Amino acid sequence: MPRPSRLHVPRVPARPGEAPDFSYVPLSPAGAVLRPDVVAPTAEIASLSVNLIRVLDDDHCAVGPWNPHLDVDVLQVALRYMMLTRVFDDRMLRTQRQGKISFYMKSTGEEAVAIAAAMALRPSDMLFPSYRQQGLQFVRGASLVDLMCQLLSNTRDMCKGRQLPVMYHSVAGRTFSISGNLATQFPQAVGWAMAAAIKGEDNVAASWIGEGSSAEADFHHALLFASVYRAPVILNVVNNQWAISTFQGYAGGEQSSFAARGPGYGIPGLRVDGNDFLAVYAATEWAAERARKGAGATLIELVTYRAAAHSTSDDPSRYRPKEDAERWPLGDPVERLKGHLIAQGEWSDERHATLVVELEQQVAAAWAEAATYGTLTEGPRLDRDLMFEDVFKEIPAHLVEQRELLRRERS
Amino acid sequence: MAQMNMIQALNSAMDIALGRDPAVVVLGEDVGYFGGVFRVTDGLQRKYGQHRVLDTPIAEGGIIAAAIGMGVNGLRPVAEIQFADYIYPAYDQIVSELARLRYRSAGAFSAPVTIRTPCGGGIRGGQTHSQSPEALFAHVCGIKLVMPSNPYDAKGLLIAAIEDDDPVLFLEPKRLYNGPFDGDPGKPAVPWSTHPKGEVPDGHYTVPIGKADIVRAGSELTVISYGTMVHVAEAAAASLGLDAEVIDVRTFVPLDVETLVASVQKTGRCLIAHEATRFGGFGGELIATIQERCFWQLEAPIERVCGWDTPYPHAFEWEYFPGQARVAAALTRVMEAG
Repeated sequence: MPRPSRLHVPRVPARPGEAPDFSYVPLSPAGAVLRPDVVAPTAEIASLSVNLIRVLDDDHCAVGPWNPHLDVDVLQVALRYMMLTRVFDDRMLRTQRQGKISFYMKSTGEEAVAIAAAMALRPSDMLFPSYRQQGLQFVRGASLVDLMCQLLSNTRDMCKGRQLPVMYHSVAGRTFSISGNLATQFPQAVGWAMAAAIKGEDNVAASWIGEGSSAEADFHHALLFASVYRAPVILNVVNNQWAISTFQGYAGGEQSSFAARGPGYGIPGLRVDGNDFLAVYAATEWAAERARKGAGATLIELVTYRAAAHSTSDDPSRYRPKEDAERWPLGDPVERLKGHLIAQGEWSDERHATLVVELEQQVAAAWAEAATYGTLTEGPRLDRDLMFEDVFKEIPAHLVEQRELLRRERS
Repeated sequence: MAQMNMIQALNSAMDIALGRDPAVVVLGEDVGYFGGVFRVTDGLQRKYGQHRVLDTPIAEGGIIAAAIGMGVNGLRPVAEIQFADYIYPAYDQIVSELARLRYRSAGAFSAPVTIRTPCGGGIRGGQTHSQSPEALFAHVCGIKLVMPSNPYDAKGLLIAAIEDDDPVLFLEPKRLYNGPFDGDPGKPAVPWSTHPKGEVPDGHYTVPIGKADIVRAGSELTVISYGTMVHVAEAAAASLGLDAEVIDVRTFVPLDVETLVASVQKTGRCLIAHEATRFGGFGGELIATIQERCFWQLEAPIERVCGWDTPYPHAFEWEYFPGQARVAAALTRVMEAG
């Protein structure tokens, strides 16, 4: 007798109280994946979406064809950026707990994703981040004070008090305004890249979404338009395993990799160790070169782990084992790059500890300055008239009227 | 001056915009080689090339998202959604992204996207080719909303929309594409060449966004309408021999409150006519706006004539459509009240 159809429910490997289980993550040894020519036809390189591109091995050595052979000083800059991201995140979490800011989202464990990509791209390339790539802001030259003023919605807030914390933007740094609605930036990045191609410029666009939001239609629109018009765009799926409490299997990760969505659209998919700075750098560099040679878009899945809570409103101990992060098989991105530099004799535990202190002081000094421009609880506040600006380029009559009503209400 | 129907007028607007500004691009389903299912983009790809006039996949959300990205990167996209009934897959990109980008980034980023889409019924389109969704977009902050009722306004408003640095949703009443329509489907079709607003300048001109048009000056009552219903309402008032002041709203956002209020303060009576469903329709906003400002001048309750609160039914199109009889009955009530 044939069995009747049965609804399949994705398996979550471990819940609180159970032992972490990462047997579902297919791994490849560092250096094992071939690096094809950047203009290789998609059909010939489909295996890149299944295997895992890794450069740093267990002995902290950079191995294999994807090794980007970066100078030591570049690696030290990268380590500094990644450590700055972590120190910044830790400090901002504390300020949220103290009630100084309303909300925060850490990127702990995912620092390499943003730092490596931003360093591999040109300053003229345009970035369309989601809310967990704060590292992009550091590499693109955002000042700590400016970022903090956004978090504080204070008188120097770049968003004039209109956005939740972490929804930064920078015109000079070519980082697009972060929406907060998931995945919407993905097809917008493709449109930006299409415009670059229409204008005959060689800038590329890069965008990031989580594996969870790859379920949105916007993700599929992005891949389709990128494929149809061969747009010079790099589409990054940050697979950090968890969308708040929802395991990546519910976004379709159980049946195939997220990178494998690429070949289905005629776009190469690269499955990359997201905690390996060198691998992320190399993959981004490959995709950018491919785009600049007119061969179109690349989908990159960055396999990583969201080591912190989704946001300050989340408590992951309610849905996954507490010790999950430390058992993650791809380790910690900061520790791995640190280990690589130490193995080359270009770094030490002492220098590392000194740098942490230096960065903490830098962040603390920036915070002291940012707070003088106002916090949620004290200091100067934004002019409430600003509420009515920028809805349109010029303020229409009905908003002038409403601004006046509010003034009277508050006088 | 030339005789143009609304299709030709809209085509001419895009032709001029494409010719004057290399940043203007046109994109949408079937708009390129084929020239659009209503022929509104006919010949534009041949003239301006495949990089300026793009055929797209059938993905409205993708079309608008791509247009936003293009707008951020210095282009001035004119996106066509083939029918307003198909705009909903793009709703999030329009409402949450396009309309709010300037606000959320405090002016750092914006996208001057124009979205054109045919709306309204009267073409045997059934419930998926007849909707008038203006109220769904009038409620959104940050996007201008326009609907012309004749070729002259269509061209001038579309050029103004494309040149506007804010996003504009441009609704085209498709029953009016080929001629004015007084609501009687039994009569022979009338071409735009018989109508003064079918006279359209060949060159560049704009009709300002945010200004209503007094189609017919009058003293007995004010009839406020837009799109196809402007012509129906005008004919209904004429059939009753009323000296009605007929106003074409033309722009929903920003609304020309001044023109509407001045008229009702003068006439003391007001009827609102739209094709869209009644409940939560734009007529409600018009009534509230006028009531707030004209209450003491009103001599009768403001009435509205609308489509019924049902989907647009294929077999009962003309029972659904608020034709002359329904408008005339309401006009009579407004005139007899008080």
